[in-house]
Amino acid sequence: MTMLHLRVGFMPLVDCALVTLAKDEGFAEEQGLNLELVREVSWSNLRDKLNVRLFDAAHMLGPAAIAATLGIGGVKAPMSVPIGLNRDGAAITVSLRRFEELCRHAQGDIADPAVSARALAAMVARRSASGLPPLTFAAVFGFSMHTYLLCEWLAKAGLRLGEDVRFEVVPPPQTVEALTSGRVDGFCAGAPWNSAAVEAGIGAMIHASVDLRRDCHDKVLAWRADDATNRPTAVAKLNAAILAASDWACRPGNAARMAQHLSAPDRLGLPQALLERILNRELVQGGGRPPRHVAHFIRFDLAALRPAPEDADWVLAGMEQAGQTRVSEEMRAMARSVFLSPAF
Amino acid sequence: MPSLRILIVDTNKVRAAIIEEGLREAGYTDLVRVATTTGLVAAIEQHDPDVVVIDLEDPSRDALADMFLVSRHIRRPITMFVDQSDSASIEAAVEAGVSAYIVDGLKKERMQPILQTCISRFNAFRKLREELEDARSQLEERKTIDRAKGIVMRMKGLSEEEAYALMRRTAMNEKRKLADIARSLITAAEMLK
Repeated sequence: MTMLHLRVGFMPLVDCALVTLAKDEGFAEEQGLNLELVREVSWSNLRDKLNVRLFDAAHMLGPAAIAATLGIGGVKAPMSVPIGLNRDGAAITVSLRRFEELCRHAQGDIADPAVSARALAAMVARRSASGLPPLTFAAVFGFSMHTYLLCEWLAKAGLRLGEDVRFEVVPPPQTVEALTSGRVDGFCAGAPWNSAAVEAGIGAMIHASVDLRRDCHDKVLAWRADDATNRPTAVAKLNAAILAASDWACRPGNAARMAQHLSAPDRLGLPQALLERILNRELVQGGGRPPRHVAHFIRFDLAALRPAPEDADWVLAGMEQAGQTRVSEEMRAMARSVFLSPAF
Repeated sequence: MPSLRILIVDTNKVRAAIIEEGLREAGYTDLVRVATTTGLVAAIEQHDPDVVVIDLEDPSRDALADMFLVSRHIRRPITMFVDQSDSASIEAAVEAGVSAYIVDGLKKERMQPILQTCISRFNAFRKLREELEDARSQLEERKTIDRAKGIVMRMKGLSEEEAYALMRRTAMNEKRKLADIARSLITAAEMLK
């Protein structure tokens, strides 16, 4: 059988797992695919290299695929998403200093997002009254569930991202450095970067994304829209390999091996133990609190991978709330069409 | 036509200098170079450029693209420059490894020559680096061959020309490169030491 060569770009995150497992556990090979995985440094690179076909497919933020398709933010690169790669799996982490301040201002249990948001609002008000610079929060990309979750969290206390709190974009691998240097006071990012910040002793995780919203639309596998139409066999084969990887990833007892694959230098290049704890849904919290078991922290199961048009609605609502665009009915239809009806 | 301020963001100082020179030759004089990628927001606030030229592989590209969307600190919108009607130029930029961002919707006609200059300078830099690497590996090969020749001379009591001729003949018979034969010889000699 001639092998079909596919180049797929990814960012170093736990949610690239199904793409890497497709290769590392041989599921792609079973489909007759020779999968070449390329680690990237930015979501912009993934988008641009997919657009000029340096990649056949890419690990992509669902909202970024929609933004590129609609041409929001300057670049129009129509994409199609035949399958998701995960749901949930992000968290909000703040520096230890800000965590202490939040705890001091909290009226109630800080684990409650409404309480923590109000505590943050109190800090924002105090800083503004004393002429201190505003707090800065980062997300991993403008068009991301991370930005929209930050907006939702802040909105619980009537705060606006970019107005009351300064907003910056920091790619996932740079989040720990940005928090250490004090460039940002907090960030919302996917695993393992929250755990990495906590284990480095510089941050405290305040909320897992599932504390704010369950079954949240996150990463997807994106193809150029025309390629998704013109290369049905390639798309179907890669889908099948990812579905097999999903089945494998959800089997209890595979966490250690999955962590081992992800820890490789050309994948995430992080300690296996750190990744294994996350895959076992054991989250270090920092700030003097014990680790927390979050059973639904991240989803890789079959149902989580179905692209759903309703996800597009949530993304567009997030874009509006973040002030990224104003949504028309035409845009809504186009955004919904990014997610292909599942072939599985 | 008012002159455009161009911010060149590149941690590679040599390449940044090559780009700056290229833009200067093309008639742009208001150029600012920054090597930092972490303080990019601050650099943009400080220098207030019309155009930002940045290495494609710089992770802070993600920050640039969305800076204006939600930050009130940067009031002028920044977008990546992509000429949708010219897919060849999009490909050339990505393949050269350069990206450009425009502030406040600068006209395509004014941007295109800047991007073309950057693409050619990025490619020139890459070619220069490849040539340097070629030269370096050629030098390495010559050193290896000289060492192997010395071993052959010693062990077989041959003159320099005879040793070289023997190695070349062996390489031709085995359809291998002379440098490969030389490396094998050195390895073997070290094993048998």
